[in-house]
Amino acid sequence: MEREVQRVRQAFLSGRSRSLRFRLQQLEALRRMVQEREKDILAAIAADLCKSEFNAYSQEVITVLGEIDFMLENLPEWVTAKPVKKNLLTMLDEAYIQPQPLGVVLIIGAWNYPFVLTIQPLIGAIAAGNAVIIKPSELSENTAKIVAKLLPQYLDQDLYIVINGGVEETTELLKQRFDHVFYTGNTAVGKIVMEAAAKHLTPVTLELGGKSPCYVDKDCDLDIVCRRITWGKYMNCGQTCIAPDYILCEASLQSQIVWKIKETVKEFYGENIKESPDYERIINLRHFKRILSLLEGQKIAFGGETDEATRYIAPTVLTDVDPKTKVMQEEIGPILPIVPVKNVDEAIDFINEREKPLALYVFSHNHKLIKRMIDETSSGGVTGNDVIMHFMLNSLPFGGVGSSGMGAYHGKHSFDTFSHQRPCLLKSLKREGANKLRYPPNSQSKVDWGKFFLLKRFNKEKFGLLLLTFLGIVAAVLVKKHQAVLRRKALLIFLVVHRLRWSSKQR
Amino acid sequence: MDPFEDTLRRLREAFHTGRTRSAEFRAAQLRGLGRFLQENKQLLHDALAQDLHKATQLDSAFIRKEPFGLVLIIAPWNYPLNLTLVPLVGALAAGNCVVLKPSEISKSIEKVLAEVLPRYLDESCFAVVLGGPQETGQLLEHRFDYIFFTGSPRVGKIVMTAAAKHLTPVTLELGGKNPCYVDDDCDPQTVANRVAWFRYFNAGQTCVAPDYVLCSPEMQERLLPALQSTITRFYGDDPQSSPNLGRIINQKQFQRLRALLGCGHVAIGGQSDESDRYIAPTVLVDVQETEPVMQEEIFGPILPIVNVRSVDEAIEFINRREKPLALYAFSNSSQVVKRLLTQTSSGGFCGNDGFMHMTLASLPFGGVGASGMGQYHGKFSFDTFSHHRACLLRRPGMEKLNDLRYPPHSPRRLRVLLVAMEARGCSCTLL
Repeated sequence: MEREVQRVRQAFLSGRSRSLRFRLQQLEALRRMVQEREKDILAAIAADLCKSEFNAYSQEVITVLGEIDFMLENLPEWVTAKPVKKNLLTMLDEAYIQPQPLGVVLIIGAWNYPFVLTIQPLIGAIAAGNAVIIKPSELSENTAKIVAKLLPQYLDQDLYIVINGGVEETTELLKQRFDHVFYTGNTAVGKIVMEAAAKHLTPVTLELGGKSPCYVDKDCDLDIVCRRITWGKYMNCGQTCIAPDYILCEASLQSQIVWKIKETVKEFYGENIKESPDYERIINLRHFKRILSLLEGQKIAFGGETDEATRYIAPTVLTDVDPKTKVMQEEIGPILPIVPVKNVDEAIDFINEREKPLALYVFSHNHKLIKRMIDETSSGGVTGNDVIMHFMLNSLPFGGVGSSGMGAYHGKHSFDTFSHQRPCLLKSLKREGANKLRYPPNSQSKVDWGKFFLLKRFNKEKFGLLLLTFLGIVAAVLVKKHQAVLRRKALLIFLVVHRLRWSSKQR
Repeated sequence: MDPFEDTLRRLREAFHTGRTRSAEFRAAQLRGLGRFLQENKQLLHDALAQDLHKATQLDSAFIRKEPFGLVLIIAPWNYPLNLTLVPLVGALAAGNCVVLKPSEISKSIEKVLAEVLPRYLDESCFAVVLGGPQETGQLLEHRFDYIFFTGSPRVGKIVMTAAAKHLTPVTLELGGKNPCYVDDDCDPQTVANRVAWFRYFNAGQTCVAPDYVLCSPEMQERLLPALQSTITRFYGDDPQSSPNLGRIINQKQFQRLRALLGCGHVAIGGQSDESDRYIAPTVLVDVQETEPVMQEEIFGPILPIVNVRSVDEAIEFINRREKPLALYAFSNSSQVVKRLLTQTSSGGFCGNDGFMHMTLASLPFGGVGASGMGQYHGKFSFDTFSHHRACLLRRPGMEKLNDLRYPPHSPRRLRVLLVAMEARGCSCTLL
């Protein structure tokens, strides 16, 4: 393991991954990989999650292609130094922020969207000029295998490598030193990752999870609301980190919601859901059993059918759920609990009593209510009047807060996450005379001058004093009539005059 | 005459040519439609509002910068006021409640912050806690929503490990050995002025001070007398009596620094006075990389000079070591300066001067690698202490378009979806 990481580090130190041209080339190669080997990729995802080609393409591949295209289009602009606003003291200097690669990045992928959740961060890391070690989730083994097989065929084999393995291998990997660790997964492992990173002072991005609440107001179009919720909840058989996890609504809405969701499920997946090519399966037996146990003692409004042989769990809705039960402690699965609340206040309190979720959803025609819900809660992200969609807009940073994670990515946010934004100030060795102001021995007049140049506001009374001092300097210059001194003082005079003009313009 | 006849005939004839049948043609048309929607958002929005009056807006997407909640700021002793209050300003500006833990080593400031500062702030949202390493350890067992730590890398690891238990995000402003490369073509006096000022300021107890100089033996010969001249100019013949030279914060640090005086050879200074915790502005030469003065961050008024034969060797030397908080390069050639910039990594960089880059609030301040993570100052402080919450507000209308995403799915639908997705920015609002 250590040797592998060392090899990648050596490759990074060669400087190869830094040039814009190289990064664009690699991204283009990645794009070609996705397009040329689409069939293999879709087949792998299908094997892991029983996912149809359409779903695999529209949920994973499209996002990857879109992200690559976005990077290709914008990277040339992002890699350039950004000049910053200067102050009087630095007026004649160059000041800018230069994005630079961090070095060797470790990306640990997840199993629920095994392709996009591994490749989308990879795109960001490559775009920022880093070398990358990818550790796909071992639970989605087919995708892990295909990624390990395809990446070396298209990308630089020393800069971007795939290491596969289970808990043991990942633990070993985490002992190594990286320049950034990007982890997508659950809270418990997130803590382990951050602790391992702390030993090397490695910054981390943790995309974790949580129970994303979904508040449904009285004042909404229940038909549309239920269709959107059904879509977001049962996609990928409920195995989505930002799925609407549970519904909060007034008790009077429960039965309507149940009915409408039931109808929508029929519309989406047909009478015999098991036969629908659009309905996925649970990733493995362990998760299947875990989700099954959540149904114990619950009031099943509809659904609840399971088949261990195929790891099938029907789209299920539970009503009058007791917040203290297990189903309200865990996440991930095609089970939708409805927790009745008296009103919006109670909903907000309910949400705030729990850990900050990755996403928050609120359905209402009342814009004020939506705003209130956002104002009075915290979450990674929010979609109002729909679910999931804030994930799709890459101008929005995607990430968690509190136990749902830290850091964000997508689009430019990926580039920023995997870069060091280095502040640079380039001065000249000339004009050393101007520096006399700061050198000891010190005096009060020097402090006053310092304030004058550095602070925005200055004393009007002192201003008069400073003006006199300034005129005194001018007089001294005229008396001396020394060329070099004149030149140096001229700069000082120019700076002061400029400052006076500028501050009087402001008034 | 029928006003429509010509148009309809034209269209029917076009259809019969079969032009509209190919997938490419249809895709092109749809793309055009996508572009129309994309490029005329405001026009459409205004028109819809005019016609229907109600809120038939398209979606709105924005980022809300929200406070994290309870922020812990742990401050160091070297600039006890600045390094406590500047982060505090950021945390308060972002709307957080703050627990401040000033350094117990800078006792006087600690007392003022604990007794006087709370009188000026709302005490329900602000507290100062006191204590040494043990108490800080206890404090760190609690859960915070953000931790901002300034101090040494060793303690930085302890802070991050404690934060990991609660998944608390952190900013760590640490330190390192900040290299200072001096090119042969510089005026030694100018360089000496600048380097000395930043090195001996606050008796060298500055995280961004130039820690050691890298230059050729020839440059060293010219630099030494220049440095001596500068030191005399700044601090007089007896620097110990100069009001402009600080003292070492405590006995522990003093003893540590006095031990470093034994490394290499003392070229300038080297005197020390235990009763005063005074260490003279010192320059060391002939230092080995393995000696303690080149192993730990000096944090004192001692400047070792290490010889390198070229810019390449300097870059190689720097890259062999941990990434520093700051990097300095002195040269009249902007190419040399830029080379040092692009071929190394550090928190910040200043060419031809010391830590002036810190005075510009438009530049972010922070480390990378072992010198830290995260940045602050100015707007970067506000951003650091805020959670950037992505918000998308969709309108209940246009549900027909959403139908594209609902099962049951078909291959034909996939193709339409693909085209819609290609007009990326617009498609997301449609779908």
